[in-house]
Amino acid sequence: MPHWLQLMLESLGPLLWAALVFTAPLTLLSFALGLTVGLIVALVRLFGPAPLAAAVRFYVWIIRGTPLLVQLFLIFYGLPAAGIVLDAFPAALIGFTLNIGAYSSEIIRAVIGSVPKGQWEAAYSIGMTWGQAMRRTILPQAGRVAVPPLSNTFISLVKDTSLAAAITVPELFQAAQRIVAVTYEPLILYIEAALIYLVMSSVLSALQVRLEKRLGRYGGFLEARS
Amino acid sequence: MIELKNIEKRFGDNLVLKDVSVVTREGSVTALVGPSGGGKSTLLRCINLLEIPTSGTVRIGDEELTFHPGGHVAARDIQRLRRQTGMVFQNFQLFPHRTAIENVMEGLVTVLKWPAGRAHARALALLEKVGMAAKADAWPATLSGGQQQRVAIARALAPSPSVLLCDEPTSALDPELAQEVVDVLGQLASEGTTMVMATHDLRLASKVADEVVFLEAGAIVEKGPAARLFSNPVHQRTSRFIATLRQEQAAKSE
Repeated sequence: MPHWLQLMLESLGPLLWAALVFTAPLTLLSFALGLTVGLIVALVRLFGPAPLAAAVRFYVWIIRGTPLLVQLFLIFYGLPAAGIVLDAFPAALIGFTLNIGAYSSEIIRAVIGSVPKGQWEAAYSIGMTWGQAMRRTILPQAGRVAVPPLSNTFISLVKDTSLAAAITVPELFQAAQRIVAVTYEPLILYIEAALIYLVMSSVLSALQVRLEKRLGRYGGFLEARS
Repeated sequence: MIELKNIEKRFGDNLVLKDVSVVTREGSVTALVGPSGGGKSTLLRCINLLEIPTSGTVRIGDEELTFHPGGHVAARDIQRLRRQTGMVFQNFQLFPHRTAIENVMEGLVTVLKWPAGRAHARALALLEKVGMAAKADAWPATLSGGQQQRVAIARALAPSPSVLLCDEPTSALDPELAQEVVDVLGQLASEGTTMVMATHDLRLASKVADEVVFLEAGAIVEKGPAARLFSNPVHQRTSRFIATLRQEQAAKSE
């Protein structure tokens, strides 16, 4: 067996473990929480009172206008100076949630706005309240349109969690770094880590295709050719 | 009975309805006709409060609501009045993510909280009535315009509204498909369904309407029984408009 393959096989266990215990939970949790934040922010911007809408615009402006790595450093290394001390994982979770919340709010705002006004009127005309119209008529249609852009966000997030290594979260990339520190084989280990990220992203891409098919089964859309 | 009293509607500085009053009998069909921009659609949408009148009173059966400029109307009051009505739109506006029968069931299940089985039975009966039972499980995107509009009529009728409002129900359809819709609406009219429709489809209005209200520039020019108004209008403006419609109709069916 060539040396590089043996090294890869030996490190596969620790790397997958780090992916399973840190990368995956961090990704899934911050995406779920971030989407919730994004939905609330989008609804406030579309329907909320003006001062509140201005406040959430400020939030989106700050998050989109500053680097994610800097945000993570601020939360983990900066906040203790203000008396707020967080463990690495919760700090990363907060950072990624705020990030996803800001980016996804723009997507959600756009897709809700893309549902024709006539659909609101049709929902109202059969007696629905605003909430019923939103839940039963608008969000399901907006959801279909949101899948490709939100998939982008999700796939970016999987890879961005590697930034958490910089604030001491022992996730996949940090696990690779640790092995490199002992073996002095950066080329092999970082290729291996990259491949694992690639596999995770590919799984998500495949899920995106299935979800698009499922949510778009009612037709009327131009579909991707393959 | 529907009563609109002194309805006024402004969009900004633009006065689109000027002191319009209309009363319709239960079981009758009233057609609002007139040139585009004359206010017929807006008046229709004031009945189910998709447009909130700037001032005036809307009464449907025992439910009544009066509007004042700058006044606030509670969502619950709007809901209460709106639930007396069903509406058919020019562009159908079926829910594309629900099948034909799910579209018809939606108001029963979501708004009236009927159990799914009962809603399904009523929806199927209504689809039967509009000749669409065979397509109950079809997605709207796979139906022709005429078929979509017939499903939309069934959806509007599902919660048993006191009045069916139709906003240009045949305008988006070519003459052949429009005929399907005219037939269904004609049948409903003969069964005593109270309807108010905004239309410039002469075939629809003359076949279905009992009363006609001619609106221009936001005001009523003339109103009266359909037979008289179409054959013997009092105002010159009305007769000119009807003559134009006749010409268009003739050109279309050639």
